[in-house]
Amino acid sequence: MKLNQLTLKTALDKLEKKEISLAEIYDDVYTAIQQQNDKLNVYLDLMDKETALAEAEQKKDLPLKGLPIAVKDNFCTKHLKTTASSKVLENFKPVHESTVTQRLQDSGAVIIGKTNLDAWAHGSSTETSAFGPTLNPRNPEHIPGGSSGGSAAAVAADMCLAAIGSETAGSVRGPAAWCGTIGLKPTYGRVSRFGVIAMASSTDSPGPMTKSVEDAAVMFEKMAGHDPYDGTSSKKKVPLLTKSLNKDIKDLKIGVIYLDIPGLEDVKKIYEEQIKVFTDLGAKVEMAQAMDPQYAIGVYTVVQRGEVSSNLARFDGIRYGNDRSNFGDEAKRRIMLGTYTLSKGYADKYYVLAQKVRSLFIKDFERLFKKYDVLLSPTMPGYAPKLGASNESPLFGELADKLQEASSVAGLPGISVPCYQDPQTNLHLGLGITGPMFREDLVIQVAHAYEQQTKWNNWLNK
Amino acid sequence: MSKITSQLTKHVAKLANIPISDQEAEQLADDFAETLVVVDQLQSLDVDDVEPTHQVTGLTNVLREDKVDEKKMFTQKEALANAPRQHNGYFVVDRLINKEKQA
Repeated sequence: MKLNQLTLKTALDKLEKKEISLAEIYDDVYTAIQQQNDKLNVYLDLMDKETALAEAEQKKDLPLKGLPIAVKDNFCTKHLKTTASSKVLENFKPVHESTVTQRLQDSGAVIIGKTNLDAWAHGSSTETSAFGPTLNPRNPEHIPGGSSGGSAAAVAADMCLAAIGSETAGSVRGPAAWCGTIGLKPTYGRVSRFGVIAMASSTDSPGPMTKSVEDAAVMFEKMAGHDPYDGTSSKKKVPLLTKSLNKDIKDLKIGVIYLDIPGLEDVKKIYEEQIKVFTDLGAKVEMAQAMDPQYAIGVYTVVQRGEVSSNLARFDGIRYGNDRSNFGDEAKRRIMLGTYTLSKGYADKYYVLAQKVRSLFIKDFERLFKKYDVLLSPTMPGYAPKLGASNESPLFGELADKLQEASSVAGLPGISVPCYQDPQTNLHLGLGITGPMFREDLVIQVAHAYEQQTKWNNWLNK
Repeated sequence: MSKITSQLTKHVAKLANIPISDQEAEQLADDFAETLVVVDQLQSLDVDDVEPTHQVTGLTNVLREDKVDEKKMFTQKEALANAPRQHNGYFVVDRLINKEKQA
């Protein structure tokens, strides 16, 4: 087994016992990058191996011991370019560091490279990147999902030991599902947005993308917590998620939602089968009725476009970056629709209505969490489609992320874990677990119990 | 709903300060219409007694001490590090008024 295939936690343990060295890990990780990066188009900017390893050796006594981490290219990093996969920022080298990358580096991570995304994180395919699409490592004829498609692919192709993505509605959990990795979207406000190129400020949530649930717990603990530089970050105490691993889920109450939505017919049986695992583990599982996610598409579309039009107004090409003629088609479309729905005469009709329906979703989840500890649902409505899929509709991303939008506009924490791999196409399905506000501990507990009981996590079965 | 025309998308493009071609204006009008069909589904819901949610964790008026945080400051050199046009330590901007007099 190559050392780039280790989970983060296994690598930490083996380094601690001196069974392996950082030099051996970096050899294997950089070999994997050299062999695959040109084809898969994962990293947009990368440290050279010698510099990365030298930094790693300096960090060997810190908690993350100098291990190589990939970060989505919408987190500002001083040592690597930060483009948001847009021509507007193609040469942008930030002079400040995002809180998330600062904390990870202070904990001993080496951020070896920046990964491709849908330009400005607008999309669910990574095809809207100005620097070309990322391919799905499980099957390169298919998209990896997005917008954190590069980070999901970096993990799936073992081109790092763990990665960071950001989610506004599905951008961590979606690509994690389609690439067969773990993706944890924390509660809104749990992880600082400082230094993350803003998309929709009222839902943006940075989160780990990893090879195991345990790795997601380890990474979360290093990223999360109040940040004075992000006024919306929460002062609530951060739970130690690693303490929630291995707690049994006996007698937990679990509601299953979204199994009957149109488009899911082909894979419904697989999900029904996987949900039985929770009953076997002693949980009380039942079908639950949630508000129709079709409405979440409208809410998310209006809220997101509105916030995008405001956030992307700052890119004027004067202080940094290129001018506004460099926006790609998708960004133009979103900025302009947001400008329109927020303009005089339309703000009430669109924006205020969407924010009211957002309240309805929040109330609906409050109702469900009175009855259930967590909710289960498919992460995505099917498998990763083939390359080119995002050209089919101006709403491709919204339709793909349909099952994540309601929980995202409500701010809830959730995770996607692999729950099936098709033997013909090699493509994965993801199972979504959503918890109440600030209950990442419950989400991790249930996800870990499921992962240990099943065979769908490729790294735990190697 | 009033029809989305390319005149409208051109006007919005001007507001958003994004240059677009006539062809793009037509395409954007079609895309707007297709997207707003989905958005208009929200109108079938009863929201009469519902307050809008802008912030999901309930924080209001987050203030900080009115103190200079030097760690968060840029030096002049840092602030200009990525500026494409600069002159004697200033950002250079296009003229906004009396544009026709611009050289």
